[in-house]
Amino acid sequence: MKDLISINCVKLLIPALFYTCVCSSSVEQKIYVELNQTVPCVRLLNATHQIGCQSSMSGDTGVLHVLETESDLDWILSSGPHPPYMVILETSFFNRSVMMRMKNSSRVAGVAVIVSKTGLADNFSPHTTCPNQNTGVYSENYGPDLANCNVTVWNPFGNGLSYEDFAFPVFALKDENQTQVIRKCYEDHNQRVNGSAPQYPLCAMQLFSHMHAVTDTVTCMRRTDLQNRFSINPEVLCDPLSDFNVWTSTRPLNNSAKGHAADESVVIAATRLDGRSFFWEQAPAAEGTVSGIVTLLAAIQALYPVTQEAPPTRNIFFSFFQGEAFDYIGSSKMVYDMKRNDFVIDLDNVHSMLEIGQVGLHSGRSLWMHSDPISRQNNSVDTEVSEMMDRMRSAAAGLKLTVDHPSVSQPLPPSSFQRFLRERQIPGLVLTDHNTSFINRYYESMYDDAENLNVTYPPGLTPDEQLVYETDAAKSLAEVATLVARSLYVQAGGNESNLNNITADPKTVAQLLYGFVIQKNNSWFRSLLPPEVTKKGVNSILSSGPPQFYIGLGPRVHGPAHSVTRFVQYILANLTGSVTNLTESQCQNPSELSTENKDLFSYFWVSGPASVNSTSEPFCVRASVRLSKAVSPAFELLEYGSRNYSTWTESRWKSIRARIFLVASRELEMLTLGVGVAVLLLSLLVTYFISSKAELLFSSARETPTTTY
Amino acid sequence: MTLAVFFGCAFIAFGPAFALFVFTIARDPLRVIILIAGAFFWLLSLLLSSLVWFIAIKASNSQDLTLQKGLLIFGVFFSVLLQEVFRFAYYRLLRKATEGLAAISDDDGSAISVRQMAYVAGLGFGIMSGAFSMINILSDSLGPGTVGIFGDSQYYFITAALMTLALTLLHTFWGVVFFEGCEKSQWWVIAAVVSLHLLFAGLSLLNPLYEGSLPPVYFITLTMGIWAFFSSGGSLHSLSALCTRRKAEGESS
Repeated sequence: MKDLISINCVKLLIPALFYTCVCSSSVEQKIYVELNQTVPCVRLLNATHQIGCQSSMSGDTGVLHVLETESDLDWILSSGPHPPYMVILETSFFNRSVMMRMKNSSRVAGVAVIVSKTGLADNFSPHTTCPNQNTGVYSENYGPDLANCNVTVWNPFGNGLSYEDFAFPVFALKDENQTQVIRKCYEDHNQRVNGSAPQYPLCAMQLFSHMHAVTDTVTCMRRTDLQNRFSINPEVLCDPLSDFNVWTSTRPLNNSAKGHAADESVVIAATRLDGRSFFWEQAPAAEGTVSGIVTLLAAIQALYPVTQEAPPTRNIFFSFFQGEAFDYIGSSKMVYDMKRNDFVIDLDNVHSMLEIGQVGLHSGRSLWMHSDPISRQNNSVDTEVSEMMDRMRSAAAGLKLTVDHPSVSQPLPPSSFQRFLRERQIPGLVLTDHNTSFINRYYESMYDDAENLNVTYPPGLTPDEQLVYETDAAKSLAEVATLVARSLYVQAGGNESNLNNITADPKTVAQLLYGFVIQKNNSWFRSLLPPEVTKKGVNSILSSGPPQFYIGLGPRVHGPAHSVTRFVQYILANLTGSVTNLTESQCQNPSELSTENKDLFSYFWVSGPASVNSTSEPFCVRASVRLSKAVSPAFELLEYGSRNYSTWTESRWKSIRARIFLVASRELEMLTLGVGVAVLLLSLLVTYFISSKAELLFSSARETPTTTY
Repeated sequence: MTLAVFFGCAFIAFGPAFALFVFTIARDPLRVIILIAGAFFWLLSLLLSSLVWFIAIKASNSQDLTLQKGLLIFGVFFSVLLQEVFRFAYYRLLRKATEGLAAISDDDGSAISVRQMAYVAGLGFGIMSGAFSMINILSDSLGPGTVGIFGDSQYYFITAALMTLALTLLHTFWGVVFFEGCEKSQWWVIAAVVSLHLLFAGLSLLNPLYEGSLPPVYFITLTMGIWAFFSSGGSLHSLSALCTRRKAEGESS
């Protein structure tokens, strides 16, 4: 009996292919297939523009079409009879020309890009050709002929797709099984038979990624402020990109004493912590970021014991800047704090700076030391820079590396050092593997992964074996780390006789590489992190796969604390810290103990190594590792339209999902409506007629009253 | 499947019920009360039978597909029988009510005859069972997709609406015939109604050829309509009288 809706429910569930126990509208389960493994492209805004993708409030629906050949593109854009189309883009067609043609067409409802290595072009970088060109040091006032990549185009393969504004949703399909489901639906219903158009019902897809923010950061923050001031239930429309920088030093610095540190001359060694790609939260950034992080971490490990035994004259300050992909968020914030005496040191304390750029792909070639030609016009700066280069060359002499200097008139590549130069002409170098343009062919894209960095393991190794296996990439990065460490030691005034004791450990480099580009949930990372992180459920920072280096919105808004910042912080604690025998509660509140100094050190409660037989024994580590806030000064100064600082924000959204289903033809829908209206009118007429003639029709065998007289 | 399908299916499924309500029930408050009480009785039968089915489902092995299918069929038939039991219970209630109504009315007859009560009760059953069949499906028809990605027929919504239409009419006719059979103590009539109801239930279980159940269902509806017409006091004579009267009126005007 159709009456029982719960029975109806089971009736529809049984022939269904999947067997979930939840009976929420079984008809809906017969119509829609939810796609769970998709990654959206979201909207980002800065002072003047919006970039990214947007869908309409109730999702965008389109008939599926797989774009495999040029004729498919013509079908979608002009000749296909069932617009709008939802385009399934094969990897080889995800380029600027195809996307711009679709952007200008009204027949495209959305795009789903198949992300795979088959058909991948030789190079793909959705970033701009001249990264961060407006917030670096070169401008009309400072080296005008060097600005805007007039001399060297740093990212020649850049197609700028990440910085376009699309009016339709673009999703990435990363799961092969799910892509197969979509393809099957397409082949069953949407294939063209002998060149004629396919028949209804057709397979269609609906993408939801409605973004709340529009126009630019100024507009969005103004509306958010209005909401906060006048609405009972304020709705935030966008959030500034923010997270934390990680810093440490060879001699501990007093964290509560801000401003100029007396008698401190500091050599800064810096690198970046983040990356990005076209899609949200996808940024493997292997060559672009991980090479720098791993090199600097290994250099710190190599340097630390020697700087404790035979301290150099100057302090060495190591800094990992977050948000550099988005107009130097982290470094601009640190420089701003230094200027306002709100940081442990200030710009007067800085002696020189060495930055590690992309160093992963030098294999056999030489490394390059970039310097700023404009500041070198000053003699003292020039002398110091030349001396730095000489020290680096002599440090490299003992290793299997060569370092060289590119032509004198070439500007600095995009680097955090440029933000320091904006304030003060500090002598400094940027170490990279590229002479002119980037060697990285997949800069800031989803394809800058382990394979791009040549991190490959022989088959048949278990994860624990892979963790410690020293790949060629690990060995070459260890060489670079040794070079960096020795150069820093000499730069800081250390004794050259101790240089042979400074060697980076390839095993550490291998472990770092494995953790940062292959699998973050490995036994070494687990031993470094606090116990509550390693034990957590699905949403922990130790999920499977490599970490993603997108800066995100900080721990307040979306999900748990940013994984990469935490990893670097705890790795530094492990590499530079000392084990204490404090208990857990003492570790949380060390100020109660007189032997511990909370101003100079941080205290971390970590899990400790776990073996097969026993569980780990947590202990307390003391290290001089700190986090400093990395949010653009524009948001502290409330100058949302600032030209000097990063103004990047990320829009908020309610739901992001995708589903496929069949759609019926317009004719069938109209037919249903027509039949319905006809049935209604007919039944009204017939009922009126019968009810008016009821006396006549039902007159025979009239009922006699029950009572008789 | 969008708004057009939503309204089309809603009109198909509930059009005749709406028309019947507007023209025959709405004016008379007593009939409205009997209609709503009838709907409530149907709801009670649904509640009890779904309770039984639910307990059976929970107590059984959810992985055994044939067992689940068997339990479903058992549940369906049990529900049919329970609905007819509740229809009989409602008949007894209304019979008692007639005497009470006759006592409190001004003239010495009740304001409503048993035949009219039968019709209204049947319509009440029909409206409520139609609502329960169709509302869930109507809400899903609002989205952009239609049934079919797993291989089912794309005409699901229209077929469901047509089945609901037949169901509403059938319940009305069964109400009339059933009460008449109870009045005259013709138990074969009651058996016939029950078995036709079971036949309808069985037809609706015909999957996947869902459209195939429509022709037999409408044949049953037509048959029941004719039976109900004759059982509620109509006859061929009155039909012909209707035609001649109309012809006479046509000639006179």
